Amino acid sequence: MASKRARALIDPLLDNNPISTQVLGICSALAVTTQMEPSLVMAAALTAVCAVSNLSVSLIRRHVPANIRIIVMLVIIASLVIITDQILKAFFFDVSKQLSVFVGLIITNCIIMGRAEAFAMQNGPLDSFLDGIGNGLGYSAFLLLTGFCRELLGSGKLFGVEVLPLTKDGGWYTPNGLMLLAPGAFFIIGFAIWALRAFKPDQIEAD
Amino acid sequence: MAARHGTGYTLAFAAAVCLVCSILVCLAAVGLKDRQEENRRLDRQKNVLLAATLITADEKPSRAELRTRFENVKALVIELATGLPQADIDPMRFDAEAAATDPVPTNPAGITKIAKHAVVYQVRKNGQPDMWILPIKGKGLWSTMYGFLALDQDTRTVRGISFYDHGETPGLGGEITNTGWTARWVGRQVLDESFKPVFQVIKGSAGTIAADPFRVDGISGATLTGNGVTATVRFWLGEHGFGPFLTNLREGKI
Repeated sequence: MASKRARALIDPLLDNNPISTQVLGICSALAVTTQMEPSLVMAAALTAVCAVSNLSVSLIRRHVPANIRIIVMLVIIASLVIITDQILKAFFFDVSKQLSVFVGLIITNCIIMGRAEAFAMQNGPLDSFLDGIGNGLGYSAFLLLTGFCRELLGSGKLFGVEVLPLTKDGGWYTPNGLMLLAPGAFFIIGFAIWALRAFKPDQIEAD
Repeated sequence: MAARHGTGYTLAFAAAVCLVCSILVCLAAVGLKDRQEENRRLDRQKNVLLAATLITADEKPSRAELRTRFENVKALVIELATGLPQADIDPMRFDAEAAATDPVPTNPAGITKIAKHAVVYQVRKNGQPDMWILPIKGKGLWSTMYGFLALDQDTRTVRGISFYDHGETPGLGGEITNTGWTARWVGRQVLDESFKPVFQVIKGSAGTIAADPFRVDGISGATLTGNGVTATVRFWLGEHGFGPFLTNLREGKI
């Protein structure tokens, strides 16, 4: 049982990553990853929402009328996202300004709805909570990887601290502007999925 | 798996879920409201200080530090048409976006409606008025750009500029927030000898301040954003913007 719970946490990182395998949540992965700091805050926000929504849905799973279960999940997820957004605005104002609408758009993030419907409706609260954390971490891993590449190559910085001295300030690195645009994230995510599937060929879908 | 229930149960369940969720959302919104408003106010103050070059963009001053640094700054509500102060409006409560209801003639800055009033900031140094900070906004290539322009007491010389909100292309037009670029504005003249707004962001490099005072370098790859900045600055220094106010300043009426 313990190993099953451990798998719920670890599986979504590589074997069943929501972004690379299920290709969910791409929209926000493109939008917020120009820098590490917003990527990290977005990842934490999504992980928290995913875990708590899975927990709540699992707690009421035996009582939800089947015909309105999707809308009930949506109400729970939307409420959690609004609360998260309020907390960010109160305590992480600068980052919440950068994330702007994308915190609100966690509501439509398919990962959360997908996990609530596919996992939390069938499993107990603790397993569902861990599954939410696991999937959140899988999403986070991709977000941070993309944010790392984009901030480093696009502005020569990490967490806003200069790592590669830029030519305009007398250094040697000419930043790659493409990395700051959405297509830059497409390339990074594409290459990462390619690398992952070359490393684990069983993830390749049959034609 | 979820069970089948009657319609009454379904309705009651939906109502209960909505009630619980709405209570939680209300608690979060009401409980955190003060802190959020304080954040918004401090953010605005920070941008005023940025335009006045009293802090640098890399600094992350604490809340208390921001408050002390803002002590030398006085907010003032003025009426745009007459350029005179309006003592009966509290600058802390004035919302320029909500008050923007008066139509203005078509202009290259893309501004369709403005407010009758505006909040300007006076920065004092050793007890003497030192510079004025004016809020500006206008259309760039994709978005409305919001910022502050700091002018010397002579109303012509730029002391600083900062943009705090825009949706221009990151790395191209988005570089209007780059302090390397905004630093080039300092010392240039926005009004000519007859106090007409002539300032221009050009394509390419402008000369030295002495040789070429009314122009500043464009950002490469951001010509259209630069045109928007030019139009924005000219609009706000013109007759529909702060023109009358700046005239009053020069004539010593304020």
